[in-house]
Amino acid sequence: MRPIVSPKELNDLRDRLRAAHDPNHTWVQLCAGTGCLACNCEPVAAAFRQKIHDEGLEGVVHLKLTGCHGFCERGPLAVIQPQGIFYQRISPDDVEAIIDQTIKHGKVVTKLLYRDPASKTRIEKAEDIPFYKKQVRLVLRSNGHIDPTSIEDYIAFGGYSALAKALTTMEPERIIDEIKRSRLRGRGGGGFPTGAKWETCRNAKEEPKYVICNADEGDPGAFMDRSVLEGNPHSVIEGMIIGAYAIGSHEGYVYVRHEYPLAVKHLTIALDQARELGLLGPNILGSGFAFDIGVSRGGGAFVCGESTALMASLEGKVGEPRAKYVHTVEHGLWDKPSNLNNVETWANVPLVIEHGADWFASIGTEGSKGTKVFALTGKICNTGLVEVPMGITLREILHDIGGGVPGKKKFKAVQTGGPSGGTLIVETRDAKIMRSMEDAGEISPGDAVTSLLDLPVDFDELTQAGSMMGSGGMIVMDQDSCMVDVARYFIHFLIEESCGKCLPCREGLRKLHEILERITKGQGAPEDILTLQEISETLIDTSLCQLGGSAPNPVLSTLRYFRDEYDAHIRDKRCPAGVCRELVGYAITEDCVGDAKCAKVCPTGAITGGPRNLQVIDQSKCIQCDACYQVCTFNAIVRVKRDRAADVQTTARQTWKPVKERTQAEARA
Amino acid sequence: MSQNTPMPERVDEIIASYQARTTALIMVLQEVQQEYSYLPPEALQRISERMDLAMSQIYGVATFYKAFSLEPRGKHLVSVCTGTACHVRNSQSILERLERDLHVERGHTSTDREVTLETVNCVGACALGPVVLIDGKHYGHLTVGAVEKLVEVIRQCPCSVEH
Repeated sequence: MRPIVSPKELNDLRDRLRAAHDPNHTWVQLCAGTGCLACNCEPVAAAFRQKIHDEGLEGVVHLKLTGCHGFCERGPLAVIQPQGIFYQRISPDDVEAIIDQTIKHGKVVTKLLYRDPASKTRIEKAEDIPFYKKQVRLVLRSNGHIDPTSIEDYIAFGGYSALAKALTTMEPERIIDEIKRSRLRGRGGGGFPTGAKWETCRNAKEEPKYVICNADEGDPGAFMDRSVLEGNPHSVIEGMIIGAYAIGSHEGYVYVRHEYPLAVKHLTIALDQARELGLLGPNILGSGFAFDIGVSRGGGAFVCGESTALMASLEGKVGEPRAKYVHTVEHGLWDKPSNLNNVETWANVPLVIEHGADWFASIGTEGSKGTKVFALTGKICNTGLVEVPMGITLREILHDIGGGVPGKKKFKAVQTGGPSGGTLIVETRDAKIMRSMEDAGEISPGDAVTSLLDLPVDFDELTQAGSMMGSGGMIVMDQDSCMVDVARYFIHFLIEESCGKCLPCREGLRKLHEILERITKGQGAPEDILTLQEISETLIDTSLCQLGGSAPNPVLSTLRYFRDEYDAHIRDKRCPAGVCRELVGYAITEDCVGDAKCAKVCPTGAITGGPRNLQVIDQSKCIQCDACYQVCTFNAIVRVKRDRAADVQTTARQTWKPVKERTQAEARA
Repeated sequence: MSQNTPMPERVDEIIASYQARTTALIMVLQEVQQEYSYLPPEALQRISERMDLAMSQIYGVATFYKAFSLEPRGKHLVSVCTGTACHVRNSQSILERLERDLHVERGHTSTDREVTLETVNCVGACALGPVVLIDGKHYGHLTVGAVEKLVEVIRQCPCSVEH
C-alpha cells in the first residue's frame, strides 16, 4: 500500500473504503477472541468458509473474524449484518441453517438466539439482551465489528481521524489541555489524571522522552486490555501517537504479557500496517512529526505491571521496582522522562480528541469521567467483558448485566483490584456481615449502613468506602467460597510474585501465609487474628512498592466482613463453606438416588453401595478430593465438619428409601 | 524451525537479530526458550560471551521471570489455570487430581519426560473455568471426574508442544 501523506489522503481513502461497502452484502461477524477460540470457534469459521464456498456465495457473503464481543459465556457467537441478528453457542452443524435460512431467506434461526432467563423469551438483537442493554460501549465500540488485522477496516470505521485532527489542527499544548479538561483518569487502577501526567512529562527537561503502553495485564480474571489489543489494536496505537505528539516523544513501547500470544500477533500486524501507511515513521501524515512503537513481550512476572519494574524489564533487566519518590515522568526508561499509561487509557484518547473534552466529560460522575471496562468472572451467570458508564452501581453490573449468581446460590462477595490491592465488595446490609463489622469496631449496633453494592463505580467513592476501582477484574464469589481460603490464595499468589527486594514484602507475606495456612488446617489460635493485623499494617507502612503495600488488603477485608468464618476455623475447627480440606468431611445424605455416579469418579474406591442403592463413603479411604461432590446432580453429597461426616452417613442409612418408594409415598401424600 | 542448525550458530543468529543489544536480553532468552523449550546451559554461556554479560546477570533474569525454564520440559505441556476465577470454581481439586493421575508434581516434569505440569495465573478464558491447557489447547468447564479423560487425551495425543 502507498503511504498516506496528508489528512486529505486519509479522508479520500476512507471515502473509497466506505463506497466499496455494498449494503446488499452480508457480513458474518464471528468472534475470534481468545475466549471464543477457547470454546472452539475455529471449526465454526471453517464451516462458514466451506458453506460459503459450496453455495457459491463468495463475494456476497463475507466471514469476518473479529475481536471479543464481550459475551464470553455464550460463545462461540456471531452477529449477522446488516440485520444485526445475534447468534450464540454456535456449533459447526448450525452453520448450514444460518446460511440457508437467515442469509438466503431472511429467516431467523430461533434456537441460536439468546434466551432471556427472566422473561423466557428469545432475543434477536444484541442491544436488546440485558447483558448489553445497560452497557455504554465506547472503548469497545468497534470490537466485534472490525477485523483487527485490517487497517482499512479501522479507517472505514472512522479510525485515525482523531490523529489527523490532532496533527493538523491542534498544538501539543492544546491536546494536553483537551485531555485535562476531559478529566480522563488512568484506567490501570490508580486513577491518576492523564492530562496532568502528560504535562509533567512534556515539561521535563531531558530528552529523549518515551511513551509506554502498559499491557502487562497480570491480574487473574482480568482480560480487558487483552481484548482491546486483540480486537482493536489500532485504537491503542492511535492514542499513543497522539500522546507522543503532545508530549514531544519520538519513541514508544508496548509492554505486553507473553501469555497473550494473539494480542502480540494482532498488535504486531497493526504496527506493520500503520508503518506501511505512513501513520508511524519519520513523517506522519505529512506533518513532519516522527514516531515509532516497539513491542516488548513480558517474561511472566506479575510485578512488572508496576511502572518502575516494567521499565526495568524494558531495559532487559530483572523487573524490580524502585522507590517512587523519583517520578518516572522525569526519570523513567533509561533514566529519561517517560509517560506510561495502560491500554484502556490510550484507547480512550482518540475518543476525547475526536469528540471533544466536553462530550467525554458529559459521561460519568463528577470525579470520574467516561466509561470503564470490567471483566466479570467467577460465580456469575454472564461471564464476559462489559463497558459501563462511570456512576453505575455495582448492583446493576452484577445483577442486571451479569445476571446474578448461578444455581440459586447466595452471593458472598465480589473482588476487585486483583490479588495485590484486591478488596472485597460485599452486601454490607447482610446481618452476618454487619455483625462482623460490629466486632471489628467499624460500626455500632443500630447504625444505618448503606450497601456497598449500591455505591457508584467512581474512583473516589470506592476509595472512600475502603474499596477500590482496580484495573477492571471483578471476580464474583458465592456461598461455596471460603473467605479464609481466598485470603490465603491471594497471599500465596503474591509470595510467588514478590520480587524479594524489600524485606517487609518478602518476609511479611511468608508469615501471613504461614498463619493463614495454619488456620485453614484447623490449627489456628485466637491470637493469630491480631498477628495478621499487625503484620498487615507493617507491610502497608514499609513496603517499597504497591505490590507489598496493598498485599494485605485481602486479609484485612476478609477479616472486616467475614470475621465469623475466621472464628469458625479457629474456634470450632469448621470451614463453613466446606472448602478447607483438612476440616471437611464428605457424606452422602438420604437424598441419594443411587445412580452411583460418585462411585465411578472416586479415585480411591471409597464409595460403595451398588446401583439403585444408597451410596456410602468409607471415611478411612476418603481423600476429600471433591470429585463426588462435583458430579452429583441431586445435591445428595454434603461437605460437613470432618467429625460429623460419619454421623450424617449413619442418619442416611437409617432414613434412606429407594426412589421408587419415595415417589409412591409422594403420590399417596 | 531451524532445529538442524547446531546450537551455538542458532543462538548466534538469535543474538544477531537483536544486534547483540544488552537491552534485548529478555527477548533473546525468550527465543532460545522457544527453540529448545528450555534454556540450555551451553546457550546461556554463549549469550554471556556474545552479549558481553556476566553469567550471574543472565541467571538473574532467567530465574526471575516465570516464562523461563532451566530444565528440559516434557513432550506435553499441561497448564492448569489457577487464576482467581478458576480458583473459586475449584481449580485446586483439578490440579491435585492431575498430580495424582499423571504422577508428577506441579512445576515439574515426569521422569519419562512425557509431561510437564505447570500452573498459570490466568489465561483469560474465565467463562470456561476451571480451564486446563494441554499443549496450548483449552479444555474448559472441568470437574475432577473429567480428569481421567483428560489424562487419556494427554497419553494418547501424538501432538506435542512446538519446540
